[in-house]
Amino acid sequence: MPGLGISFGRGGATTFQQDLANADCIIIQGSNMAECHPVGFQWVMEARERGATLIHVDPRFTRTSAMADLHVPIRPGSDIAFLGGLVHYILENERYFHDYVVHYTNAPAILREDFQDTEELDGLFSGYDPETGKYNPHSWQYENMDGVVPAAGHKEVFSAPGAGGTGKVRGKHITEVPRDKTLQHPRCVFQVLKRHYARYTPDVVSRICGVPKELFLKVAGTLCDNSGRERTSAFCYAVGWTQHSVGVQYIRTASIIQLLLGNIGRPGGGIMALRGHASIQGSSDIPTLYNLLPGYIPMPHAPDAQRLEQYLHNNESASGWWSELPKYVVSLLKAYYGDAATKENDWGFHWIPKLTGDHSHMTTVANMADGKVKGYFVMGENPVVGSMNGALQRKALQKLEWLVVNDLTLTETAEFWRTAPEVVRGDVRPQDIRTEVFFFPCAAHTEKDGSFTNTQRLLQWHHKAVEPSGEARSDLYLIFELGRRLKKLYAGSTEEKDRPLQALTWDYPTKGPHEEPDAEAVLKEISGYTVADGQPVPGFAELKDDGSTACGCWIYSGCYADGVNQTARRKPGREQTWVASEWGWAWPANRRLLYNRASADPEGRPWSERKKYVWWDAQQGRWTGEDVPDFIADRPPSYRANKGDRGLAVISGDDPFIMQADGKGWLYAPSGMMDGPLPTHYEPLESPVRNFLYGQQCNPARYEWRRKDNPYHRAWEDPRYPHVLTTYRLTEHHTAGGMSRWLSWLSELQPEMFVEVSPELATEARLENGGWCTVYTARGEIECRVLVTERIRPLRLDGKRVHQIGLPYHWGYTGRVRGESANDLLGFTADPNVSIQESKALTCNILPGKRSRDRRAAFGWEPWPLPPGVVEVPRDLEGVGPPTDQPPQEKKE
Amino acid sequence: MGQKGFFTDTTLCIGCKACEVACKQWNQLPDDGFRLTGMSYDNTGHLGASTWRHVAFVERPVPLPTQTSGVLDFSWLMSSDVCKHCQRAGCLEACPTGAIIRTEFDTVYVQPDVCNGCGYCVAACPFGVVDRREDDGRAWKCTLCYDRLGEDMTPACAKACPTASIQFGDLDELRERAEHRVEHLHEKGLEQAYLYGADAENQPGTGGLNAFFLLVDRPEVYNLPPDPVVPTMKGREAWAAMGWGALGMAVVTLGAVLFGREVARG
Repeated sequence: MPGLGISFGRGGATTFQQDLANADCIIIQGSNMAECHPVGFQWVMEARERGATLIHVDPRFTRTSAMADLHVPIRPGSDIAFLGGLVHYILENERYFHDYVVHYTNAPAILREDFQDTEELDGLFSGYDPETGKYNPHSWQYENMDGVVPAAGHKEVFSAPGAGGTGKVRGKHITEVPRDKTLQHPRCVFQVLKRHYARYTPDVVSRICGVPKELFLKVAGTLCDNSGRERTSAFCYAVGWTQHSVGVQYIRTASIIQLLLGNIGRPGGGIMALRGHASIQGSSDIPTLYNLLPGYIPMPHAPDAQRLEQYLHNNESASGWWSELPKYVVSLLKAYYGDAATKENDWGFHWIPKLTGDHSHMTTVANMADGKVKGYFVMGENPVVGSMNGALQRKALQKLEWLVVNDLTLTETAEFWRTAPEVVRGDVRPQDIRTEVFFFPCAAHTEKDGSFTNTQRLLQWHHKAVEPSGEARSDLYLIFELGRRLKKLYAGSTEEKDRPLQALTWDYPTKGPHEEPDAEAVLKEISGYTVADGQPVPGFAELKDDGSTACGCWIYSGCYADGVNQTARRKPGREQTWVASEWGWAWPANRRLLYNRASADPEGRPWSERKKYVWWDAQQGRWTGEDVPDFIADRPPSYRANKGDRGLAVISGDDPFIMQADGKGWLYAPSGMMDGPLPTHYEPLESPVRNFLYGQQCNPARYEWRRKDNPYHRAWEDPRYPHVLTTYRLTEHHTAGGMSRWLSWLSELQPEMFVEVSPELATEARLENGGWCTVYTARGEIECRVLVTERIRPLRLDGKRVHQIGLPYHWGYTGRVRGESANDLLGFTADPNVSIQESKALTCNILPGKRSRDRRAAFGWEPWPLPPGVVEVPRDLEGVGPPTDQPPQEKKE
Repeated sequence: MGQKGFFTDTTLCIGCKACEVACKQWNQLPDDGFRLTGMSYDNTGHLGASTWRHVAFVERPVPLPTQTSGVLDFSWLMSSDVCKHCQRAGCLEACPTGAIIRTEFDTVYVQPDVCNGCGYCVAACPFGVVDRREDDGRAWKCTLCYDRLGEDMTPACAKACPTASIQFGDLDELRERAEHRVEHLHEKGLEQAYLYGADAENQPGTGGLNAFFLLVDRPEVYNLPPDPVVPTMKGREAWAAMGWGALGMAVVTLGAVLFGREVARG
């Protein structure tokens, strides 16, 4: 989650759900929390009962809206305009928390002279390279910096080729950055911010988002009235913000608002990132992502990182907590390679695979469809239903040599060769598919030990209740056995390429009738131990870069402290304080509310009695309070860094964001973002309107896949696809349906695929409630039932009426209840920061009746041509936009 | 043991249907079939032999006074319905076999091993709650988790409810809490909030409900009867009316015979 990582330092929710009860105002936007997180929503209800105002900003009136004091319908894909409007309102009306902004954010920092804003370049920032379609962040820097400021929570920006200055540690001159605490300097971040959002007025918000001006002003007023010393407001979001071609910047905009209002690090404040399912937070902490190592350590790149020293220099920071990076990397390597990792061989660093380019999901699948990928493991995922352009996903599976599906049920992905629409239709014959499919039945969470890391960074252990039935085994078992057998196969090899496999430590004890690997042993390795005696370390502060400690994921270090599984703690809430520090274990260091140093003023006193949380205890000479202080425990508020200080010494007593190179919350991101230092409104790739603010229509750094099997609509006002389409989930089902569409008790609650339309659209398009219809995009056509409801309203955009329709995406062609998949309508497009697809805002058409012939662009269906007289319109300014060989591959240097 | 019951506060219901699923799982109830009804998000329709908790979804063209929405003049009400465990339970009173009993928790329970499937209870329930299962013909309804109460456990639906819309407990306490809740909502500007079936005074036709509700619109809106009356409640009147009827008939018969004789003579 670089949106939060870049802004505050860590890629996780800044708060915990129980703390939402302390909020005075909660804005839920990009999330349907009551439906998708009903259990956590109880804390929102609690806040409402205590008198908080609940605001839901969403295209639809959902079960969340039904509980809200204020529901604001907004056009899908226009949130940056709305949030930017709030920034404008806060600055224009001087509603920001002055002391917080001056001391805890980078508002006073002065930028280089050559920085140019989107206001000057019609929607582009300075530093855009038309050849690669990427930004070079050099001109975005603070004045006097040596190269690029190291960004915490970053991915690959400054280790990537082209970021410049490889081989030296960055951020050495952070203490020399000039600051203007009066916030008047024309080049200080505060003034830049003001100019950037100057045109995001209530009128413009109304025009772009379709939100009545009075309603917008009501939101702005309520939010500001409930922020400050005495009061705090929280934001909750989910994939309604992330799944856009400019999604990460949505979260950045909310971060700016919360920093300006002083709502970060304080009870009842924060940004609650609501994760999509059980351990999604865990799967980015110990990543299933191709470009991260555990604990948000960047994956090394092939051209410039063959030696450990060079890699460390590229990625560590001279200041802030990331100066500790070498300790975490060496401890990780010791966990991976054990005795084989020595100082002489760089701790086995050269055995780690290196990145040669983009290997994200869509790129890999596109390569697969082109026959460039041989084998594919699918575990805990059902991509032909849950991922974009399902037909292209299936086409790709047909080109494999082998496919392994490890799941509870025979999902659509496992059955792609047998019952997919194109097979039924006859476009594809099963006997022509050469992919060998292996299906492994897997154990459910009740049938295995393990941990979940939930939405608030909380690790909770689950114990096996029953043995898995039949041949079902845990995922851990599958991976462990696979590793064991591979190691056996390559044990006798003398080839250098097989050394990584040979050197890998793979000796977990097994237990039980099925000889399942002991999950606690894995947790102990993740938490870390001293190599000499195998004793668990108390936390990441004890990790060393001399090979004396091993740790599988530094941010989880301490979850097995004292040899006790801390994640299995279940002390009831009534037996402890409301923070409940003894229930499970939260990373980092069991802190529940991050950046909580900011809950005290610069002198270390609570901002107010009402919002007291963590403060400086002068007598004891320590930080103390309700939670584990998120600060250097004995560093007094009066401590100041000196010019030329390095490492943790740079963190002054009033720098609450200790992961950041400058200790400040970033209103402006001088590095770390691939698409600009400040969030800017760009239209989705397929939009009903043109960008009212800039000549540049879409995110200039986005990824596109311009292929015949992935056609796009016209950038705006495509007459073939006049309506706005958004996709979502229902409470009754779980993602792609593998866990819910096979259960009668859940299936009966939402038995059939449907589309939600307004009564107005139903009249215009002759759709009947409960009847059938066909929905079209250039990617394909699907049939489903119609649900006519007032909860979906037509939008008024620039005086024109635009209809929107909503599709849940749970259905597919296997299971107890079946239906067509919404994701067959979506194309491959991606945000450049996290390669996420744009599934929340696109365009479509809808016709009454069952007209589908299961045609898909991926299987040769040609989309209708544009009507005569209608021409294509550009998504970019002249010379801007993704290059044709997208997404870019690294060049060997 | 004391009187146990449910207080269902519909203003806290988020329509997640966790109660429906928890109920089905604990009681191992079959599904109701897989049909999209087209009625908002309600696809199970109503309470029945295999659905003992049912969440109603009401999309109505009336705004809530406490809510501002861009979707003008609209609100979405949700409410989890259940057997009311009436003080004067029509089903119990109609049951000829003694299968339906009042438990030590003051709840109404159908003993499946005694029920003979006559169906009198179905007609006697003013709420349409009791229902016969097609396969075995017997009558089924919410047991208020009798098997859980015996173990001092909360009923499955109340346990699963994430927002305390379904509250389980001692009836006295629930009534008190509910009255405070209504006052609180009135203070907040939700003047329409009221209790449905909280006691005999509130609902004479049933003698009050052990499972009562807080509503914000007329009962019909939630598919609840506005003035439910247990049929046996009118037993005395009915017997009296029948008596008068019989007497009248006797008089007419006698009259006819006597008058007929006169005519015959005449």
